[in-house]
Amino acid sequence: MYDFALVFSLRHARREPPMALTREQIASIATLARLDLTSSEVPVYQDSLSRILDFVGALDRAQTTDVAPMSHPLAGLSQRLRPDVVSEQDRHEQYQANAPQVAAGLYLVPKVIE
Amino acid sequence: MSGWHTDTLTQLAAGLRARKFSSVELVRALLARIDASQATLNAFISVTREQALSDAAAADRALAAGSAGALTGVPIAHKDIFCTQGVRTTCGSRMLDNFVSPYDATVVARLKAAGAVMLGKTNMDEFAMGSSSETSFYGPVRNPWNPQLVPGGSSGGSAAAVAARLVPGATATDTGGSIRQPAALCGITGIKPTYGRVSRYGMIAFASSLDQGGVLTATAADAALVLREMAGFDANDSTSVDTPVPDYVAALEQPLAGLKVGLLREFFDQGLDAHNEQRVREALKVYEQLGARLTEVSLPNLPLSVPAYYVVAPAECSSNLARFDGVRFGYRCEKPRDLRDLYSRSRGEGFGAEVKRRIMTGTYVLSAGYYDAYYLKAQRVRQLINADFTRAFASVDVLMGPTTPTPAFAIGAKTSDPITMYLNDIYTIGANLAGLPAVSIPCGFVQGLPVGLQIVGPHFSEARVLSAAHAFQRVTDWHTRVPQGYA
Repeated sequence: MYDFALVFSLRHARREPPMALTREQIASIATLARLDLTSSEVPVYQDSLSRILDFVGALDRAQTTDVAPMSHPLAGLSQRLRPDVVSEQDRHEQYQANAPQVAAGLYLVPKVIE
Repeated sequence: MSGWHTDTLTQLAAGLRARKFSSVELVRALLARIDASQATLNAFISVTREQALSDAAAADRALAAGSAGALTGVPIAHKDIFCTQGVRTTCGSRMLDNFVSPYDATVVARLKAAGAVMLGKTNMDEFAMGSSSETSFYGPVRNPWNPQLVPGGSSGGSAAAVAARLVPGATATDTGGSIRQPAALCGITGIKPTYGRVSRYGMIAFASSLDQGGVLTATAADAALVLREMAGFDANDSTSVDTPVPDYVAALEQPLAGLKVGLLREFFDQGLDAHNEQRVREALKVYEQLGARLTEVSLPNLPLSVPAYYVVAPAECSSNLARFDGVRFGYRCEKPRDLRDLYSRSRGEGFGAEVKRRIMTGTYVLSAGYYDAYYLKAQRVRQLINADFTRAFASVDVLMGPTTPTPAFAIGAKTSDPITMYLNDIYTIGANLAGLPAVSIPCGFVQGLPVGLQIVGPHFSEARVLSAAHAFQRVTDWHTRVPQGYA
């Protein structure tokens, strides 16, 4: 049956999220994602990520026992194999032309080992 | 100017082959239109003038020599998500502001091989994440029907360019509606093909199990022509499907009588604007008069498609965008203290707010302790939605309904609340989750703004869906309407 109440709740999920993420949680997500956030960005993402998690919480309403997860739309597609022959040429100079810092064919980064 | 710009892509291709005008003349005329519109619409990120004129001259030589392909000399634009060799490819992001692609996307290479001439790269939501083309690093795209309004997104630059008749066709991509929603809001035709039909090689990845390349044009016949040239198996894309591409143009005239059309009950919900609904119902009446048999069908899990999408798409986005590290290409911050600082500050400064929001959402739902509750749960719901579609297509040939809940909205109206923006794609996301082909065609106006009708078919039914769209366009003229100032 079509769940009008559900759709209504999706469209009007403006209530205060029941489980707001803390500043510390946002900081730890940003660290995992390697994203440096300014102090003014943190409360913005605290608010919007909490809302998004509240919104996607509607998924809990679906009965999914014994339902297999679907990772892509091509059911039964098997990965192709190809002959083990060289198919790429060395084009490193062309590729490295886009790199911020290169020397002697190597990508340069700040020192990692003292 | 001889009114070429209001000719369809199919007419232009025929005119070039009959040598009624040259590609150089046509390209010059359209480049002038792009220049004149740019300050208002901001539809382009890069205009490749010199290359376009030299490609057009080469096309004219091929036409003279009788060695022309299906699209020889036809001007097109590429969404700036497709890699173009030797041409800046930004994906609408500061992160790739200085990126010059060392290779062509397969879509770009195929259209080049068919003879199409690229005029430039179109503006878009940053990394295709958005439904309004407002998140671009290069500023928002504006709707040619009213520059105070958004053109939709993420392929808003391509849609605005085609609607304003700056180009007769433009490539686009659709992860949750990014071809169909801007097509609807700009009054043009757009097709998102079956997942695996068009190569994703060289198409900058957002959510790999959902992304699919397609095309925006004025008519379904034009879309059929361009899609025929760009579709097909590609060994460079591991999810490319190795089945022959039918001649979509030849299939356009297949009879519509007896077509079983399912009306999605879930698409006619209370969120649908009453005027929008009226236009869609009128279009369905036209199909009935053409001999289609309309029945109502229900996909009970479809209302969960937006929440499922906003777990799956950010999860895939967070892993795809991990490649932007400030080391091999793209933006790098000034004076990094150490490697960790280089990564975090290059990404923090290089990505815009919405992209960061989605990366963090994805990081959260994939993190230890939340993976099962969010990510696996969403994938299970995706399976339920897919099963709903499979069940529906056992009894109907295509599904029809609105493309969007409302016509175009004001710039800035939905930027403060991400959920309001996300709900714009409530009618389009289902086809992405299930990998189905779907088109949007113009079906009328509400207060001077275009409304779209969506047609969704089973896997690999592009020919059926396009011919159904074509049948409608043979008896209506909504697709010929051009916004004021661009006629």
